[in-house]
Amino acid sequence: MTNVYIIGAGATPVAEHYGRSLADLASEAVRAAFAQVPGLDATRVGAVYVANALGEIMASQSQLGAYLATAVGLAGVPALRIEAAGASGGAALHQAAQAVASGSCDVAVVLGAEKVTDRLDGALEAALALATDAEAEGIHGITLTAQWALLMRRYLFEHGYAPEVFAPFPVNAHANAAKNPQALYRFGISADKYRKAGQIASPLNMLDCSSVADGAAALIIASERIARELSGPLVRLAGTAIGSDITALAARPDPLDLAASRASAHVALGRAHLGIGDVQVLELSDPHGITAALALESIGFYERGTAPRHAADGAIAPSGRTPLATAGGYKARGDIAGASGVYQVVELVRQLKGVAGPTQVPGARVALAQCLGGVGVTAATSVLVAESL
Amino acid sequence: MEIARHWRGRAARYRLEGQRNRTSGTVRFPPQSTALGEEADTWEPVALSGRGEIYSFSVLRQVPDGYEGMAPYPVAMVRLVEGPLVTAQLTDCAEGDLSIGLPVEMVTRKLVDTGEDGVLVYGYKFRPVVS
Repeated sequence: MTNVYIIGAGATPVAEHYGRSLADLASEAVRAAFAQVPGLDATRVGAVYVANALGEIMASQSQLGAYLATAVGLAGVPALRIEAAGASGGAALHQAAQAVASGSCDVAVVLGAEKVTDRLDGALEAALALATDAEAEGIHGITLTAQWALLMRRYLFEHGYAPEVFAPFPVNAHANAAKNPQALYRFGISADKYRKAGQIASPLNMLDCSSVADGAAALIIASERIARELSGPLVRLAGTAIGSDITALAARPDPLDLAASRASAHVALGRAHLGIGDVQVLELSDPHGITAALALESIGFYERGTAPRHAADGAIAPSGRTPLATAGGYKARGDIAGASGVYQVVELVRQLKGVAGPTQVPGARVALAQCLGGVGVTAATSVLVAESL
Repeated sequence: MEIARHWRGRAARYRLEGQRNRTSGTVRFPPQSTALGEEADTWEPVALSGRGEIYSFSVLRQVPDGYEGMAPYPVAMVRLVEGPLVTAQLTDCAEGDLSIGLPVEMVTRKLVDTGEDGVLVYGYKFRPVVS
């Protein structure tokens, strides 16, 4: 087993890219990642893992492994599409890490790509809702946003909070996105605006719901032998893990406990020989404040019922104890569905290389990314470590 | 269309039929397939009362294709008196009537109209107990 490194990372801006196809976006992301390793010959790529959640419905294309490998100039390379709803990106990275660690290839490309703006919002809501249990939830018109809203209302009830307790999450996300030229929403918001925002799925309001948009992000994963041929700081992919849970939210013993989130985080950290106290910067699925709060609590960063209070005290800001959404998170960088998990890691690579600009977490050496499929049905966690040569 | 799909689910959809574990007495809903380590008769069918109380609720304003005619609509997780949590729409109520802990009962309503050549899908919803 070799150590595994992330030697290149790039992404397109998150936007409504009406003029650009899924293939165009994929091409730009892969070229951006390869531009970071000019010495790397593309013929060394031995596998491509495409992360995509909605391709059949929203982009009218399946078999995205071969299709997008061809589009980016890697025709003929073994290529597969990995689908785990919103966890697709982390799941694809996990597959690539295993392929390289096992020695089955020296270089693998992880490509997250999603194109959602060719169809209208009702089609998007229906496509996203396929990640619920179709019989127990989907047929009743339940959406993912509805499920998070149900959890938010229960959380507020159990802990005695008002809805605006979650305002610090989108406020932090927007403050960081305002400094990210690739973000969907490059402006700040205030807690006062949060209180006045219109309802989407009560008690979730417009400023506590992410927008799903188009984008692509790519990572180049390599063996230690290849990584050591390169110059500059190295980012080691120290541990990855997948967790799964009961699809129907109501069938879980405790809906407010994201068991897959906890399991995948702890297994990934264990594989990295690290603990949660070592993590200095993180990316979580944060389409809503409740989503980030439940993950922070389920993983064990904070006691149940306390994550929003820590967020209000500055814990999720770049200078805090658990910096979150330094590129804007799902809420303000944008939610790229199956590609979000790859965007997360692109940002954490920037953090560990110390090139994250105004939202840089000082001295960050250990980072954790976790993306969720559905309401924590699948969780994919990656632990990254900065190494000095 | 999916006529066979909706027909297969009729016991749960129309009668709120769940399953009871013959050994432990645990009741679950909706019915599930036989898991590893279980026998085909580990779980037996059981008709649920349809009575329960609201565990949580939300009113949806951004809805999937096929449901736009109903929007905005309330959805809930309902804790049935037999124990299981069930996710469904609420009906015959206004948003201001709703609160966690409110007693509700099952009724049969149209879930979705799948279009001109499709089927009208009926099933369970819940409403505040009328008494």
